[in-house]
Amino acid sequence: MDKEINYTESYFADDRVDGIEKVTGKAKFAAEHPLAEMAYAVFVCSTIPKGAIKNMVLYEARNAPGVLDIIYYLNCPTIPGHRPYDKDPNKKGFEWRGLKVFNDNIIYSNGQPIALVIADTLERAVYAASLVKAEYVTEDFITDFEKGKKDEALLKKAGDYKRGEADAYKTAAVFVEDEYTIPIETHNPMELHATTAVWEGDNKLTVYDKSQGPKGTQAELARNFGLDEKNVRVVTEYVGGAFGSALRSWPHVPAAVIAARKVKRPVKLVLTREQMFTMVGYRPHAWQKIAIGAGKDGKLVGISHHAISNTSTYEDFSEGIVGVSQFLYDCPNVNTSYKLLPLNINTPTWMRGPGPATGCFALECALDDLSYKLNIDPIELRLINYAEVHPASKLPWTSKFLKECYALGKEKIGWHNRAAIPGSLKENGMLVGYGMAGGVFGAGRGQAAAKGILKSDGSLVLQSAVSDMGPGTSTAMVTIGAELMGLPMNKIKFELGDTDLPPGPTQGGSGSTSAVGAAINAVCDSLKQTLKEMAIQQVPAFSTAKPEDVQYKKGMLFFKSDKTISISYTDLLQQSGKPEIEVIKDSARASAEAQKYAMHSFSVHFVKLQVHPVTGVIRLEHIVSTADAGKIITPKPARSQMVGGAVGGIGMALTEEVVIDHHFGRYVNSNFGDYHVPVNADTPIIDVLFADKPDPIINPMGSKGIGEIALVGVAPAIANAVYNATGKRVRELPITPDKLLS
Amino acid sequence: MINFEFVRTSTVKNAIAALSKTPGAQFIAGGTNLVDLMKKGVAAPKRLIDINSLPLRDITSDSKGILIGALALNSEVAEHPLIKNKLSLLAKALDAGASAQLRNMATIGGNILQRTRCSYFNDSTMPCNKREPGSGCGAKNGYHRMHAVFGASDKCIAVHPSDMCVALAALDAVVHTAGPKGERKVLFADFHRLPGDNPELDHHLQPGELITGIYVPANSFNKQHYLKIRDRASYAFALVSVAVALEVTDGIIKNAKLSMGGVAHKPWRLISTEQFLVGKAASKETFTEAAAVAMTGAVGLTHNRFKIKMGKAAVREALLQAIR
Repeated sequence: MDKEINYTESYFADDRVDGIEKVTGKAKFAAEHPLAEMAYAVFVCSTIPKGAIKNMVLYEARNAPGVLDIIYYLNCPTIPGHRPYDKDPNKKGFEWRGLKVFNDNIIYSNGQPIALVIADTLERAVYAASLVKAEYVTEDFITDFEKGKKDEALLKKAGDYKRGEADAYKTAAVFVEDEYTIPIETHNPMELHATTAVWEGDNKLTVYDKSQGPKGTQAELARNFGLDEKNVRVVTEYVGGAFGSALRSWPHVPAAVIAARKVKRPVKLVLTREQMFTMVGYRPHAWQKIAIGAGKDGKLVGISHHAISNTSTYEDFSEGIVGVSQFLYDCPNVNTSYKLLPLNINTPTWMRGPGPATGCFALECALDDLSYKLNIDPIELRLINYAEVHPASKLPWTSKFLKECYALGKEKIGWHNRAAIPGSLKENGMLVGYGMAGGVFGAGRGQAAAKGILKSDGSLVLQSAVSDMGPGTSTAMVTIGAELMGLPMNKIKFELGDTDLPPGPTQGGSGSTSAVGAAINAVCDSLKQTLKEMAIQQVPAFSTAKPEDVQYKKGMLFFKSDKTISISYTDLLQQSGKPEIEVIKDSARASAEAQKYAMHSFSVHFVKLQVHPVTGVIRLEHIVSTADAGKIITPKPARSQMVGGAVGGIGMALTEEVVIDHHFGRYVNSNFGDYHVPVNADTPIIDVLFADKPDPIINPMGSKGIGEIALVGVAPAIANAVYNATGKRVRELPITPDKLLS
Repeated sequence: MINFEFVRTSTVKNAIAALSKTPGAQFIAGGTNLVDLMKKGVAAPKRLIDINSLPLRDITSDSKGILIGALALNSEVAEHPLIKNKLSLLAKALDAGASAQLRNMATIGGNILQRTRCSYFNDSTMPCNKREPGSGCGAKNGYHRMHAVFGASDKCIAVHPSDMCVALAALDAVVHTAGPKGERKVLFADFHRLPGDNPELDHHLQPGELITGIYVPANSFNKQHYLKIRDRASYAFALVSVAVALEVTDGIIKNAKLSMGGVAHKPWRLISTEQFLVGKAASKETFTEAAAVAMTGAVGLTHNRFKIKMGKAAVREALLQAIR
């Protein structure tokens, strides 16, 4: 890496490079690839939560106009990955993770796909699907989390942890001990999950999919269908939001592939909004019990944190809910436990801030309670227990500018106006509350490869098979390329979302910029090195130089000792008769660094809100989100990402809740009218402040991730502000007006 | 979606004739509710009669009141100077309903005739006496946070979802209809039904009848307010809502009309509360007592019991806001 690169010098606008394509409709999402002879597939879904299909009546549907085929368990072709592999440990086999669509007649959840109707138009497929009738043998089921969590026999252990003494909080001068619950929340990105599958012959498959990881989807499909990976191409050029729901392939992906094979036509399968609730995961329902004890000086003595979250009966899904209590604050004694409760519903999955988003709700609310008991300001309490090194591993952090975040947010929200006594501050007849809470998520650097093609016309193409589900990955990669090569952004194109490109990571865990950016760094270094060598070999004026004597800056190669000797790289390429040079570079995972350092991004969210003293209606007035996410590569998209996370946090705190009818084991609000995602009117002014200090270890850019910490901590900050306003502590999300009625 | 016939008409007479011709025919105007129901398989009209070109979109007034055409859009009515100046309660209620996009499509007549948003009604795999008489009420023993605390029956505990209708009930509006047997005028409070044993019937419109307009008589209410409490700030149905129209002179309430939304199968007029208020001082104390009167007789179930408390808070707050 050339030393003259200065990331603080932001001389390029950071408008989204794909913004115009998106707002003008030119961008093609998974369901928007028009193909000749396209057929349309629509799922028929189970209407019971547990049991088996006894009979399926297909006659009417088969004879409906335009129907090409109906696939269900009795006629579904044998899929290599769908058969349970031989349990013999000496044999290796791939088994599809999760529901094996149309594999048998067993029903695991309400809304499970039981048949796929394929027709020549979408309308005809929808109509024919409505004619399919299923008869079931029903079995006793459990969908009620509250009921199930009391039955120890149903619970599965998912990990215990102990440091120092267990339950040491009991010995502390002051302690709090309470239970917290969050309901199921769904990702429900604007773009519906969709798969368009195309076979060429029997062995070559192309899939246009909504996926956060084209390479991951490629591997899953290749193994599931017994194909060579090189014969499976997955295209995910544009993704309209996902928040984790597209981190893995759900049953609709193989279903579309099976259908395309059967009807020998390209098949498009788009989930309905209702199916977005029952087929592509969600943040699990979680119960937590947390106890925190401290001395009168506020120094933590012990934390005990226990959690149960739900999974399905056919797959275990766990996430690091209690992990935050192990390291976010300096505390000598910590014990945690985590259990899973299998329910007869579909499998949950990672959703923005998975684990910490849930865990921080309990931890940060409990700390808030503790601050009132101790009569210590909540920010002060956190500073008293500031972890200088990772409390569990004792490793230093690669970087931690959390103190800066507290200071930035405290100032911006006007924390000095906060009343120390809950319910004592009023403005215009409304109760006013201030609250804050912290967030955290792992940082690091995953493996990634990238290719650079530098052309004699002055343009640069960068490539990696990653997705950009909305955070602005493309914009960040173009920015990094532009700064490294000293080229204007409009000369650089980042190509992504295609498995034909060099392998990139799955977009998740706030890791794309770090991993892919590091690969782009390696590519740009290599391109510059190649140019220097070419100059020495081919330009007489440079022929006596060694590579280290040549300098590259803003598209020009110079002799270090005599700057008058120079050549532009475009002239160099033209002189050499090469239209372009191309390099592929791999950037390794930060495994060695992880041995020596702890790596995390941190956030602190501050909230000012009003509560109507009689009706309990909450009005958010101001949110300030601060973050230590290392060096910010693209300020505008980074800010947008933080704002989006804050809005997600508002939903978690105040409005979002999937409701299940436990008599029928069926979701009752699986639509956007009844499942309340926050709207503009719920959203206050959101200010975003970054510490913006480069991390010296994780990657050459100095960046850490933003995606998760944008949301983690927002919900407890709101709950803490509600408490400050009203004196009412709501420990069951969402905080709807009825919970605050006086 | 099941295939259906689609016809357009341009006169009231033809529309009524077109409806009578085919059993299972339905009028369609904005379609913001009906199209959803058709997609979900809850409604399956064999014939849709598009009435959007009928000359029923005008808003006119005379000395006795304001006549709003049935096809006037929710957003047009809310923005109309006559409504804003003389019927601010109605304008506020309209603005509280649905979302801007829906209000730009939905008509006044359609708003009155919209179906309940009860989840069980909207999911054809669930039991619902309103959708399928005799199948049972899923909500009663299921999830009923949004459901009725007044006037419910064993057969149905659904609520009417409209905000506009709550205001129209308080304003003593009159529904104008035309049908095969001629024109009728129905007092708004008598237009919708309680569920009783026939929850499949939402209202008293006769077979073949079309709503042509809403007449709102002139009034002397100098204090009006619509308060809606909901789970999010826009695009959410009322947990409870209150329409208040008061005539207050020298601090004394001369006339009072109140109704509630989100609590019953129809806009719920608070007659006893109105009687209680008349002649009393417009004060916090009066309003607190009135709120208790308003919720007398309310019956809550597990998930909607909070509405009794919330209803009290809302009535008191709406009255206070009205005189502010």
